[in-house]
Amino acid sequence: MDWFDDWGLSLTTFLPLVGAIVLMFVPQAKEAAVKMVGSIFAGLAHIAGIVVAMRFDYGESGRLQQVVNLEWIPTIDVNYHVGVDGMSLPLVVLSVLVSFLCMIYMHFHIPEPGKSKAFFALVLLLETGMTGTFIALDLILFFIFFEVVLVPMYFMIGIWGGPRREYAAVKFFLFTLFGSIFMLLGFLALYFQTGTFDMVELRELGAAGIGSELFQSLVFLGLFLGFAIKVPMWPFHTWLPDAHTEAPTVGSVLLAAILLKMGTYGFIRISLPILPEAAIDYAPIIGVLAVISIIYGSLCCLAQTDLKRLIAFSSVGHMGFVMLGIATLTDAGINGAIFGMVAHGLITGMLFFLAGSIHERYHTREIAALGGILKQIPRFGATFSYAAIASLGLPGLAGFWGEFLALAGSYDPAAGLDETLFRVLMVGGGIGTVLTAGYLLWTIQRVNLGRVPENFADGHGIHDVSKLEWIAWAPLLLLIVAAGIYPKMLLGVTNEAVDVLLGAFGA
Amino acid sequence: MTDFLLLAAEEAGHEVHKGTFTEYMWIVPLLPFLSAIVIGFFGKKMKNRGHAVGIAAVAIGFALSLVGFAELAAGNAHVEKAWTWFEFPGGFELEFGMNYDFLAGVMFVVVTFISMLVQIYSTGYMHDDERYTWFYAVLSLFTGSMLFLVIANNLTQMLVGWEGVGVCSYFLIGHYWEEKENSSAAMKAFITTRVGDIGFMFGIFALFVLAGTFNVGEINHLAEEGEIGGTALTVAALLLFCGAVGKSAQFPLHVWLPDAMAGPTPVSALIHAATMVVAGVYLVARMFPLFEHAGAALDVVAIIASITMLMAAVLALVQDDIKRVLAYSTISQLAYMMAALGVGAYTAGVFHLFTHAMFKALLFLGSGSLIHAVHSNNMSDMGGLRKYMPHTFRTFIIGSLALAGIFPLAGFFSKDEIIGGALRAASEGHRATAWIVLVSAVVTAFLTALYMTRACVKTFWGEYRGHGHPHESAGSMVTPLWILAIASVTVGFLGVPVIGPVHDWLHLPGHELHGFDPFYNLILPAGSVLLALSAIFIGWQVFHKGRLKVDVLGGPFAWAYRFVANKYYLDELYIRGIVRPIQYSWAKVAYWINQKVIDGIVNGAGTATLGGARVAYTIDQDVVDFAVNGAAGITGASGGLLKYIQTGNVQRYAAVLFAAVAVFVAAIALT
Repeated sequence: MDWFDDWGLSLTTFLPLVGAIVLMFVPQAKEAAVKMVGSIFAGLAHIAGIVVAMRFDYGESGRLQQVVNLEWIPTIDVNYHVGVDGMSLPLVVLSVLVSFLCMIYMHFHIPEPGKSKAFFALVLLLETGMTGTFIALDLILFFIFFEVVLVPMYFMIGIWGGPRREYAAVKFFLFTLFGSIFMLLGFLALYFQTGTFDMVELRELGAAGIGSELFQSLVFLGLFLGFAIKVPMWPFHTWLPDAHTEAPTVGSVLLAAILLKMGTYGFIRISLPILPEAAIDYAPIIGVLAVISIIYGSLCCLAQTDLKRLIAFSSVGHMGFVMLGIATLTDAGINGAIFGMVAHGLITGMLFFLAGSIHERYHTREIAALGGILKQIPRFGATFSYAAIASLGLPGLAGFWGEFLALAGSYDPAAGLDETLFRVLMVGGGIGTVLTAGYLLWTIQRVNLGRVPENFADGHGIHDVSKLEWIAWAPLLLLIVAAGIYPKMLLGVTNEAVDVLLGAFGA
Repeated sequence: MTDFLLLAAEEAGHEVHKGTFTEYMWIVPLLPFLSAIVIGFFGKKMKNRGHAVGIAAVAIGFALSLVGFAELAAGNAHVEKAWTWFEFPGGFELEFGMNYDFLAGVMFVVVTFISMLVQIYSTGYMHDDERYTWFYAVLSLFTGSMLFLVIANNLTQMLVGWEGVGVCSYFLIGHYWEEKENSSAAMKAFITTRVGDIGFMFGIFALFVLAGTFNVGEINHLAEEGEIGGTALTVAALLLFCGAVGKSAQFPLHVWLPDAMAGPTPVSALIHAATMVVAGVYLVARMFPLFEHAGAALDVVAIIASITMLMAAVLALVQDDIKRVLAYSTISQLAYMMAALGVGAYTAGVFHLFTHAMFKALLFLGSGSLIHAVHSNNMSDMGGLRKYMPHTFRTFIIGSLALAGIFPLAGFFSKDEIIGGALRAASEGHRATAWIVLVSAVVTAFLTALYMTRACVKTFWGEYRGHGHPHESAGSMVTPLWILAIASVTVGFLGVPVIGPVHDWLHLPGHELHGFDPFYNLILPAGSVLLALSAIFIGWQVFHKGRLKVDVLGGPFAWAYRFVANKYYLDELYIRGIVRPIQYSWAKVAYWINQKVIDGIVNGAGTATLGGARVAYTIDQDVVDFAVNGAAGITGASGGLLKYIQTGNVQRYAAVLFAAVAVFVAAIALT
């Protein structure tokens, strides 16, 4: 199995791409074959991802493992350099898992206008981009994966989306591209300053300081724009509600579960270790924007009438907690941030699945039109309540630890950060958790509880959770409680990598 | 770490040896968790719809709790065991552990005992409920969470159990969620207590930064040794107290508890006696050494408790819904416990928690029996029920007398300890706030006897005012009533002044044990019984005989009545002043800003540059066209490409993008 330590990561990343290419040769008419090919390749990638996780040496989770470093475009010193450590491994596993679950779900949920072949191929392409982003150790390679993701998501929204799909797709594409350009410029600036795109080398150089303070600050700003838009942080978030609302169900799930994490991952993988001094300068700003995101996102949730849009805005708030954790530059905060990323991926991914299935059953997502779901389809309703309560950060479920650790970090932020400011931010975040509980319970009350509206009383086409839905959802539901009860499952993997990262700050 | 605990036990004069069962007390919380899972997944297929599993689990738990307690009482050292839940290299370690001592032992007995009786009672009360199995699963989870909270050896773990209790209460209060007001009551309970929980969480952070640990014993030890202190410690203690204020329904976060009556009555009994509201008192008791050394923190506890007990006792006097009378009574009695802790009477406070659990559970289950019989919560629909429901009547009267503090029932002993404790603290000048507590406690004792007399008269005397024919409840419901009635009569003797074993069990090291004192042990108790009897006499005269009729709706005191009847307008204030503005106005403003301002800028900037792009394009077409035919060709081609995307937005976004990139490149190049 030694060969796997070299090629396992690449296999995990590119198997879906191979699948997409294979799909091109399968005629659209053979829909069953299309679905089978898609699922097999996503399944293989999932297995490969699990093997990567099994081969991972957890005793040294702070070290980059299963590294491959090959020359790729020597003229500009670009290498094919990939590897995983404790920070990226959970996200790699999350990507392949959620993609595979989406494939299962897609077996019976191909949105209008059909064209399952193209849809499956795009999801596979998306998977390659997502996984690749988390394993790349070269800035250009990272950039390519980061951008590859845009195209399939653009088409998924633009073709299979809701009524305002064109606006949403273009907004998503250009808004993100807008940020990416600045990110790329930041990468180039780093290259011209140091002569390398290699993240590992840059991390070492970064510890000593790259260029002048102003240079660092500007490069950080460029990267910040790229990542903050992806997260998204207030006020760069307005693409998100539109994209989420219009995207087909699996598009929303992947967007929430994985794509947003590419932004937060960028901060902890690139911005913080390579530009530590600038990170300390920017941390208060990031913290403030994070808390604005939390409170503002929660308030916007209270104002929503569309269930899916509400869940989309809830992402703004939850990712705010992740960013707050990062801004504290503490081990509690950053471990909490990674925990929060995974938890949000599981929980919000689940909520988008549910929103999609509600739409399919009731043909509406208007909160006012729904009601009594728990009465009519109890298992479905219970699952919805479970996911919503997980989302409000109940201890014992996954949502809690990320928030708890982020807030703990802000009580006692890293040396060099303004303690008073961060305690104020902590209080803001605390208020945010109350608001979060408020809008989620209110949503449960309006959608799930009460009586069944008369127009749905005949129950026509409204069935409880189907077998395939259980298969697609059970892993998420179980992981939500597992991570809540046994947080070490994740924190035990991430903490050494975070420790290495914080080494850049002299911690 | 366990070393100093053993040391403390030795100092306290206990002979230290290890128990056989105490080490395994973690099984007690585990049992209900397991039964919740079993009932949840398989309950519907069972013959008894799951209740047998729930009752068996908690009954075994109760038996174990008794055995464990007996071992503690026989002089075994308390047990603390822990594993690492997770840790970070920077010194951040969170344990997952158990801490079983007398305080936990008392709580275990109370929680498992009450939960067991409530579950037995519910087989009758909830018999026809359509969500019977679910109900039992959540009851088990509720019990398990409370036990988990109690046995936790560190504050974070306690918070986990604490929130678990919160969510179970949310499910149970909203059990009849078809009606919106019930689910609203559940939400109100969860969100109001969460406000306090945020304080609790911040208090945990503050203590972690101060003490470097989450461990309860270590934090208390450090506070006692004076290694942590100052304003920071006071603030930390007060933050913890915020959590207690929310959970134990103290002013100003008490508003959720009366509404929580929306849940089935057995749930109310459980919430009020064992598994929820006493958690706040438990927290303060558990962290008592910390509070004692945290400056003015205990004074704040005392004052909040004094306000709460009076405010709630007055409210209990004007309710028509019998469950609301009891709910306000609970708030008032919890404040009694808090006040005891506030004046340093730790033993009395915890003892009152124990006795109160018995008679309050009895009263709630009794009220459930009444409601079951007359199909109404309102006392105006009851009356004369002593003839129809003899068992309920007798047990309810026992509970009421116990609550009123009549010798020799349970409430007498514990309440008297508290009043005595307050008087001692006041006269010895330990704490200035003790006088406030003393006066409030005496007035509240009078009011308590008065409102319970009113409730009993309205329910059991006079003529029946309701519909149908009330009848006594089934054996499954009456039996728990009698068991609790017997407990309400007997448990007080554990705390007989000076010689009762409670003083030994719940004695904090370093605190004076009081010997026999004729004033404190004879005169004061006699006085307090007289006070209660006079309240009962007055109540009987006013509410039964109809003497002293005050026109509350019209007379000169109408404003005062309105003020009280509207619950001091606190609910109004919260709803109109906080909840509605956030829920509707602020939310709408935020969303308006989102759509019009932020998104407006995004789209507007695009539109503006699109204008610029048009100008440029015009120049390109009309002026430069000749010179650069090729360029025009490329523009056309890309235009065609963009048409595929079918929107003009692309151009404007692209233009903005280009301009911004140019500025940025210039900036980097210049550095």
